[in-house]
Amino acid sequence: MATTLENANPTIFLQKTEREVLPDEENEDVVDKIDEREVFDLIRSINDPEHPLTLEQLNVVEQSLVEVDDANNYVKVQFTPTIPHCSMATLIGLAIRVQLLRSLPERFKVDINITPGAHASEDAVNKQLADKERVAAALENTHLLEVVNQCLTVRH
Amino acid sequence: MSGNLELVQTLEGHEDRVWSVCWNPSGTLLASCGGDKTIRLWGKEGDKWVCKTVLEDGHQRTIRSVDWSPNGMYLASASFDATICIWDKNSGEFECNATLEGHENEVKSVAWSSSGSFIATCGRDKSVWIWEVQEDDEYECASVLHSHSQDVKRVVWHPDKEILASCSYDDTVKLYKEDDDDWSCFDTLDGHEATVWAISFNHTGDRLVSCSDDKTIRIWQSYEPGNQEGVVTNGSDPKWKSVCVLSGYHDRTIYDVHWSPVEDVIATAGGDDCLRVFQQDVTIDDKNKPSFQQVAIQREAHSQDVNGVKWHPKEPGLLASCSDDCTIKIWRLTES
Repeated sequence: MATTLENANPTIFLQKTEREVLPDEENEDVVDKIDEREVFDLIRSINDPEHPLTLEQLNVVEQSLVEVDDANNYVKVQFTPTIPHCSMATLIGLAIRVQLLRSLPERFKVDINITPGAHASEDAVNKQLADKERVAAALENTHLLEVVNQCLTVRH
Repeated sequence: MSGNLELVQTLEGHEDRVWSVCWNPSGTLLASCGGDKTIRLWGKEGDKWVCKTVLEDGHQRTIRSVDWSPNGMYLASASFDATICIWDKNSGEFECNATLEGHENEVKSVAWSSSGSFIATCGRDKSVWIWEVQEDDEYECASVLHSHSQDVKRVVWHPDKEILASCSYDDTVKLYKEDDDDWSCFDTLDGHEATVWAISFNHTGDRLVSCSDDKTIRIWQSYEPGNQEGVVTNGSDPKWKSVCVLSGYHDRTIYDVHWSPVEDVIATAGGDDCLRVFQQDVTIDDKNKPSFQQVAIQREAHSQDVNGVKWHPKEPGLLASCSDDCTIKIWRLTES
């Protein structure tokens, strides 16, 4: 990664505790709808490309900024770059998109946006992340795919 | 009218998303291409469509689009690997016998002019290339156009003139013509508020339809110099004006639009998994303020985004669509 960090001293936030498994979730007869917490759990442990910290620890993703409408197959995730000129914003958004692409059922339409007002090039980054043709082309780039996969590898 | 789209057949075989479909000029073959880097040619056996040929090894990456030459003898394919392959059947089997190189990165679209003399290509390097088709299957670059400021998504030729249209991530549509041995942009169509994904001329070539990430389609009308309406033109070039915007129908990005070459119906395909058909309301007799209505909708036409839609070139109402769900579907528009 870069030798000089863009945001050298980021604020670290408290993590959520592990989700409690509710009795209904173990009941095979109850339809288990995908909810905000479940989508948040899929993305909270994504690594920041710059720091040895997760997106949750940096408050880049928050459960309150995840919107799920299971009945209408819709998921919306807003993410907040740590600084308004973060050059990693597109990469972070791409990592979130790939993670959800790999984990959610195919029926879901997923929108990924920067939290309004959180980035200087918000519209340009949002437009690029929404363009599935460019996302598809980016994921055929082996170098970029490697960087994305590093973000998605859970550290122990 | 109000109509239904009846499913004729589902074609399976692609192992990744299908980006595009294209009928040959006689309508006997349908070519499809996609993320699995192959082209499949589908033809009829009895009353069923079957895969006749799989074209492999032409491209190293996703094949984004395909287009047949007007005589149906050649097929061009545009790939994310930055090249365009020209396939022909001279040896009896389809083979890639020419490769066009020059684009810096992903090629998004390829189109053959109606005379067969030119091929246009475009891509993420923001350029549009025009290639002159020479004898002996040679292809020479005639022009490289840098009019767009972003990724160029699609190129389409006028149905009978040597006029080219392109649309882009920069939200505009541009029109080009040959000018003293070089090509130049003579009109820019502003109006869409997001990426313009596709464009299609009507069969007479005096109208163009465009579709966008802004979830609208627009109808553009051509005004020749000296037009009765008093639309200001520049020199001998026509001026294209937006005469109708269809908004509120589509829920997500519209990835493709096609104006039937044999009747006045428009089909759209998009990220909301639906196919829609629009037709002009002929009771309104003002070409400057036409009204278009949705005459058919097929919800959940595919189980994922619909990427491409093409009317059959001969048979009215027959339609092919392709999707991220790896399938191609053939539909028939019927009146209800």
